[in-house]
Amino acid sequence: MSAITLKPVIHPDLQGKKVAAELEEWFYTDIVKDHFFSPRNIFRTQKEIDDYKPDGVGMVGSPACGDMMKMWIKVDKATDTLTECKWQTFGCGSAIASTSMLSVMLSENGGMKLEKALQLKPQDIVKRLVDLPARKFHCSVLGDKALRAAINDYFRKSGQDSRVVVEGAKIIDKILKITDKDIEEAVLEGAVTFEDVQKKTKVGIQDKSCIPEVEQLIRFYREKFFGADK
Amino acid sequence: MKEIYLDHAATTFVDPRVKAAMEKYWTEEFGNPGSFHTAGLRALRVMNAARASVAKIMNCASEEVIFTGSGTESINTAIKGVFRASKAKGKHIITTTTEHHAVLETCEYLQKHEGADVTYLPVDNRGQVHPDQLAKAIRPDTVLVTIMYANNEIGTINRIAELAAVAKQNRVLFHTDACQAGGVLDIDVKKLGVDLMTINGSKLYAPKGIGVLFMRRGVQIHPLIHGGGQEFRMRSGTENVPMIVGFATALELATQERAAENARLVLLRDKLVAGILKSVPKTFLNGHPTERLANNANISFMDIEGEALLLYMNEHGICASTGSACTSKSLDPSHVILALGLPYEASHGSIRFTLGKYTTEEDVNKVIEVLPEIVLTLRKISPVNIDMKDVLPQERLQEKVQEVKIK
Repeated sequence: MSAITLKPVIHPDLQGKKVAAELEEWFYTDIVKDHFFSPRNIFRTQKEIDDYKPDGVGMVGSPACGDMMKMWIKVDKATDTLTECKWQTFGCGSAIASTSMLSVMLSENGGMKLEKALQLKPQDIVKRLVDLPARKFHCSVLGDKALRAAINDYFRKSGQDSRVVVEGAKIIDKILKITDKDIEEAVLEGAVTFEDVQKKTKVGIQDKSCIPEVEQLIRFYREKFFGADK
Repeated sequence: MKEIYLDHAATTFVDPRVKAAMEKYWTEEFGNPGSFHTAGLRALRVMNAARASVAKIMNCASEEVIFTGSGTESINTAIKGVFRASKAKGKHIITTTTEHHAVLETCEYLQKHEGADVTYLPVDNRGQVHPDQLAKAIRPDTVLVTIMYANNEIGTINRIAELAAVAKQNRVLFHTDACQAGGVLDIDVKKLGVDLMTINGSKLYAPKGIGVLFMRRGVQIHPLIHGGGQEFRMRSGTENVPMIVGFATALELATQERAAENARLVLLRDKLVAGILKSVPKTFLNGHPTERLANNANISFMDIEGEALLLYMNEHGICASTGSACTSKSLDPSHVILALGLPYEASHGSIRFTLGKYTTEEDVNKVIEVLPEIVLTLRKISPVNIDMKDVLPQERLQEKVQEVKIK
């Protein structure tokens, strides 16, 4: 009788497909690991921060939430181009790797037009990282949000207030005052169905009139962050 | 690079002696203990001997030992089983905030689908439940109290005998999840005074996929699994003889070696804790300083996120774990760390090191050697600077200094 050995490899059936969390490998790709262990454009000392003359600074999250990101940018006003992007984070491996990649994308080839920078999506970063486990996707959004905050800060400081993009939250559930941002957060945290979102936010429990709108928002945010469901 | 496995609370390897004891029962002696022929009889005898051995260690009768497929199954059987059999009395269950998910999710299920009313007792800042709080929570319709013996994340040991006594005075059944305690603490059910107790093989150097439920004679439950009536009708399904032999062997070995092994582990654990607290600023030990499992060191690192720390340690071959945020499927911080009353910002950087049979002093030294640099690297890129005064009360800050001085 000969022995059969199962080799620990990614099964071809699972490659490149969305799979249940139980099947998904937590492990990071080489590019992710490279950016995690050697993050680019990062501030390591207080002196570097003090000596830096940023045109805009943005900070999002808090240590209480488990992740926090601070970003400093330089902008060439004449060409409306973001030329440098520096950052620091209290975050997990995915947050570190994806923000490092974001900073590279922004500053490579002489920089990026602000207009284009504002259009960057978390999945553009994930694409450059080759891949990120689906449940770590949430962590890659942080850098993107810090960037938007930093660009807004630049607009305000340079007297271009009209260009500030305020992501105004709109109240969806009128009784519990739950906003579209709350629903966005829930989707980023992995909620897929209306029930998942309700469990996290309590939306629609009292104000049942908002349920169709919530369902639409869930579809919108799932497509925005995770691509269309196949 | 040598792998330093410090995650024995997740699962242990199978002791080679356990594996050797099981060997015969796969292919040579494969009989079904329920069969009416000599092959079956031989299997029955082996299983009876294993059951008697487990019963002796737990100080109970063989008929009170039920073999199951896992610790989780034992817990489900105990909680759902008692609840469903006690509907005439009531629907109230008492448990604690720091239980394993096997308990919490089971209670939540009963709440949601079967009308259970569940009280979650708080713990103190060391993770212990207090008997007076249990006494206050018991009501005429309380049917079950389920409190863990030792916590899987922070290693805190509950005073089960005192807690079970409170339940007994009030004529309420008491179950303890002893998954982390089996093999390392005294599991004499008479001394503990429990009615039901869960133990799990994969934490005591037996294979995964075997658990035990002690159920005192006279306790009524509805079984989860119905069929051929095996395990005194409490858990049908052909008995898994090799695993049962493995479990009994592992428990016997653990009991024989317990005193010496615990003494060895306590020294290593304390060395690890003192070493980290001394060489890495802004760290502290979670859980009870003395009433804790011999192999558990759970340490919080301020200003950094636990998963990033794990990744760096993994590069050095060190396998530890975090109960917090990103490694688990949920992004919420550990419910156990939060239950200790720590602020949210202090709950994302806790790391659990759980030592085992093969852990050596060199392993511990390696961790102490590489950690300071890893933490420094991550703190350098962190914009957060938490003030320890906001995290720990003054007396705990003092205590930390003392803990380090001991070594």
